[in-house]
Amino acid sequence: MKTVNQKAWFLVLPVLFLVAFNALIPMMTVVNYSVQETFGDNLFFWEGLGWFEQILRSDRFHAALGRQFLFTGLILLIEVPLGVIIALSMPRSGFWVPICLVLMALPMLIPWNVVGAMWNIFTLPDIGLLGYFLNHTLGINYDMTQDPLAAWITIITMDVWHWTSLVVLLAYAGLVSIPDAYYQAAKIDGASNWAVFRFIQLPKMKNVLTIAILLRFMDSFNIYTEPFVLTGGGPGNSTTLLSIDLVKMALGQFDLGPAAAMSLIYFAITLGVSWLFYTLMTKDDQK
Amino acid sequence: MQKRSIIPIVYILFLMLPIYWLVAMSFKTTNEILSGFSLFPQTFTWENYTTIFTDPTWYWGYINSILYVSINTVISVTVALPAAYAFSRYRFLGDKHLFFWLLTNRMAPAAVFALPFFQLYSAVGLFDTHLAVALAHCLFNIPLAVWILEGFMSGVPKELDETAFVDGYSFPRFFTTIFIPSIKAGVGVAAFFCFMFSWVELLLAKTLTAVEAKPIAAVMTRTASSAGYELGLLAAAGTLTIIPGAIVIYFVRNYIAKGFAMGRV
Repeated sequence: MKTVNQKAWFLVLPVLFLVAFNALIPMMTVVNYSVQETFGDNLFFWEGLGWFEQILRSDRFHAALGRQFLFTGLILLIEVPLGVIIALSMPRSGFWVPICLVLMALPMLIPWNVVGAMWNIFTLPDIGLLGYFLNHTLGINYDMTQDPLAAWITIITMDVWHWTSLVVLLAYAGLVSIPDAYYQAAKIDGASNWAVFRFIQLPKMKNVLTIAILLRFMDSFNIYTEPFVLTGGGPGNSTTLLSIDLVKMALGQFDLGPAAAMSLIYFAITLGVSWLFYTLMTKDDQK
Repeated sequence: MQKRSIIPIVYILFLMLPIYWLVAMSFKTTNEILSGFSLFPQTFTWENYTTIFTDPTWYWGYINSILYVSINTVISVTVALPAAYAFSRYRFLGDKHLFFWLLTNRMAPAAVFALPFFQLYSAVGLFDTHLAVALAHCLFNIPLAVWILEGFMSGVPKELDETAFVDGYSFPRFFTTIFIPSIKAGVGVAAFFCFMFSWVELLLAKTLTAVEAKPIAAVMTRTASSAGYELGLLAAAGTLTIIPGAIVIYFVRNYIAKGFAMGRV
């Protein structure tokens, strides 16, 4: 049992101060912009909720939001089951385990723009390994700067390459914590592989999978650098995800008001969906 | 069991292919790259690496990145330790709300904060310093460090604290000489995660720097756009950014499995 101790606040103060400095002040700046109109020269006019209305009604925002949900949905559908399958087929112990884990974690430690650049080099139609293989060995016409479908397949494959290991490592951590006795009991009962997975392994992985899904949701929903470096949002607007659109608006066109309003709506959606995920996945624990 | 191990092997091969291609490119001359496809470097060259190690804008990019990442890791873990202790041991007014609020900062898209961050750090006179990037990265690294450390600390029985206090240890002395050593693995894992997320982040690092503290990632972007299309050089620079991560991950290899679960299995 935890004891009530209000002095514990002093232990939290440094964290509170540092995070608040970085979170609250910029957030207030964004709120400030979102309700004003500016024509430069530091002249601001009160705009009220006008920008919010404009953004919520704009087709451009709806399209970017749609693409964002499609992207996040697809990568969650691919990465979570794939990660679990890979974790299940890994040996529980032995010489190879740390080597596998280090190799698998490697993509996550590569700076995001390098990931984009690496995939760019990898998929160049005539001189990239994958691009050359598809175009010249298999004879598939593949050029992601021209074909939206190819661009989508490429950014999804890149994200699967980049982040599936996070799910693998988390799921694996859940699996190795299961005592051998559980498996022996299942064997005596003559349980099928599916039953072992459904009633022993899955429940044990539930906590870590919740973390995995939440982290993957947040990070993929906020993704910017990798697709920006790889496709620049193109061809056309076909891979312009929310963050890319936002940066275009804020820094490209310098529409601070609408960009700020969009930021806040964006943040609210991320927060809302994360909360929803979290509540749904921990519902059973509350009972 | 033998048949099953095909899956991880195929997966690791898939992970290594783009990395192999990047490394292979970095040993090719620009001519060879542009003249056509070749699976292995035909005329093996160190030229791209020599360029990077002799040009100060290039190698200072690496030094800058390593500097702000290290500062960030030290700050994040140092302030997260007492906070995580408070969350794992005590109940206090607003503790749950505070914890949740901390975590929401990991959800904020960096793109949202780029411009306000630039204005904030210009206003306090820290723009273009390593400290600015290190402090900005605290936004998402401190919540993560608190979350990880809290998981590890909750696994340490409370009797340890009580016994130490009965033996007459003061809180600071108990915390630094007994408690922290008992969650060494957790501290290592938290530091690893802080290093990782600070190392891979680019948007804020690029926004907050101009010349003095320019990260390697930004140097690469500039080269990609201004010097035409020097793929070999770009590939060499990319290859070098993988090395620090590989070194750090090697040190924590035995904690990875447990650490990624953040002590919450």
